[in-house]
Amino acid sequence: MKALSTKMKVWWIVITILVLVWSLLPVLSIFATSFKLPSQLNLGSFWPKTWSTTNYEQIFAGSAKDLFLPALRNSIGISLIATAIAVVLATFAAYAIARLDFPGKRLILTTALGVSIFPVISLVTPLFNLWRNIGLYDTWLGLIIPYLSLTLPISIWTLAAFFRQIPWELEQAAQVDGATTWQAFRKAIVPLAAPGVFTTALIAFFIAWNDFVYGISLTSTSRARPVPAALAFFTGASQFEEPTGAISAAAVVVTVPVVILVLLFQRQIVSGLTQGAVKG
Amino acid sequence: MTSATADVSHQVVDEKPAKVRRSDRARSEVRLGWLLAGPAFLVMVAVTVYPIIQAFFDSLYSYRLTAPADKHFVGLHNYQVVLTDSVWWKAFGVTTFITLVTVLVEVILGFALALVMHRAIKSFRGILRTVILVPYGIITVVSAFAWFYAFDINSGYINHWFDWVPGISPSLNWFAHQGTSLFVIMASEIWKTTPFISLLLLAGLAQVPGDLEEAAQVDGATWWQRMQRVVLPNMKAAIMVAVLFRALDAFRIFDNVFIMTNGANGTTVLSLLAYRTSIGRLEIGLGSAISVLLFLCVIGICFIAIKLFKVDLAAARGER
Repeated sequence: MKALSTKMKVWWIVITILVLVWSLLPVLSIFATSFKLPSQLNLGSFWPKTWSTTNYEQIFAGSAKDLFLPALRNSIGISLIATAIAVVLATFAAYAIARLDFPGKRLILTTALGVSIFPVISLVTPLFNLWRNIGLYDTWLGLIIPYLSLTLPISIWTLAAFFRQIPWELEQAAQVDGATTWQAFRKAIVPLAAPGVFTTALIAFFIAWNDFVYGISLTSTSRARPVPAALAFFTGASQFEEPTGAISAAAVVVTVPVVILVLLFQRQIVSGLTQGAVKG
Repeated sequence: MTSATADVSHQVVDEKPAKVRRSDRARSEVRLGWLLAGPAFLVMVAVTVYPIIQAFFDSLYSYRLTAPADKHFVGLHNYQVVLTDSVWWKAFGVTTFITLVTVLVEVILGFALALVMHRAIKSFRGILRTVILVPYGIITVVSAFAWFYAFDINSGYINHWFDWVPGISPSLNWFAHQGTSLFVIMASEIWKTTPFISLLLLAGLAQVPGDLEEAAQVDGATWWQRMQRVVLPNMKAAIMVAVLFRALDAFRIFDNVFIMTNGANGTTVLSLLAYRTSIGRLEIGLGSAISVLLFLCVIGICFIAIKLFKVDLAAARGER
């Protein structure tokens, strides 16, 4: 790499700062709002005048507790289960697509592509009616099933792309060296496949965690309502107060874990998202 | 069952006259393949194909949940009602407008970001990539609230920051007019989804042969000429795929509109219209008709992209 001139260096620093501000400002903005006192919300300043944890107390112990805590539990539980089911099913499917030769491979990949571009709202009306009739409306299962339409297609595509890159001959090599079939699979293949499965799970979880359409349409109480939908139902501490502070605090609580995951695993996420996107 | 033997057995099959039975090995491979991939395939079909057929069926009935006993067959009447209603066409116009503007801005912005990441020296590249991923991880609803509160006339700070710009003053209510509401809605949408598009374009940039670009540079081509003649033509497939996927995604916009305006002041989009009709007013028949029409719109966009712009979906492998 050539040494950079000072002028170029300054340019790069300016560009990097611009990108930083653009990417982080809205996040910082809601973070700052969440620490504002309800009485100081309308000062028009970015940072709070007095830093206060009132809003966090409200969602964890105060009046918004019964709305937020069940929603948090629902969101975590439903998203984790939907991710787990999708990743297990997709692992089997992707293994078959990457390693076996059978008619229907293309059909499966095309179906996954078709499902992932499906307009979610088109599924809501029929599911809403059906769920009410068979008792799945406002239940965990009633959300986990439609969430699979979000998490399964991307899991299949991402994993198939990952599995295609695994040098499967290693398994044979291990067997030649005296390993049993199971040992060869566990010692040679699993360590290679695990990062792909993990990355896929992460991406699938983000998608389930982000859902709003299903969450708001197929639930009606705190029994199954996930956080994004619950945020739309927040009300102020009294009828004269806007729920701005409480919503911001809740938003920060559900955002922080995701941002930490992104920071920790950015390399894997980038490779998962772009895996084979352009190479054939 | 390794790929090597799979190839061999495949050749054996090919050598025989067409449609002769496969070898036992190949047959057991087919069985195993469907055994492994079948469950995933069945689940995908069950959660999409079944509901859309049900929606089509329901759309042929006059059917409200408030009067379920009154359900009766009306043929295509619901479609006629929807398609002759100005509400549908207004929502269609707004949705199309949002789709066109956001995709255009995202591609330009995403391409700029991809170029920055591609050219950045190592010490900056890591931080740029990490930071760019943050919006991707944020829940759309959270992004909607963040932008909403920033512009809100009471709790916002944008009006104070930018009151030197003509037209912006502390008394400007962004969410009281169609144009300004759409501006904030689209800003949030663009902020949240540009990272994804820029990562796809970055992967596309990495595919452009570096020596081609260098050769052009040696021959005295300017930066713009190199972009136009070397980089962009080599990235066409990546750009097209990114545009198609983003367009389909933008066309189903719902979260941002629901949170910020809930469709007030001419910001109703098609997804919101479908939601209001079925879930809000419990008109399952009409709502199903809108759902089916929305589905047809998406198919239409795909068809146009593939036939007119020759988007190669095989190049879409592994994304979204």
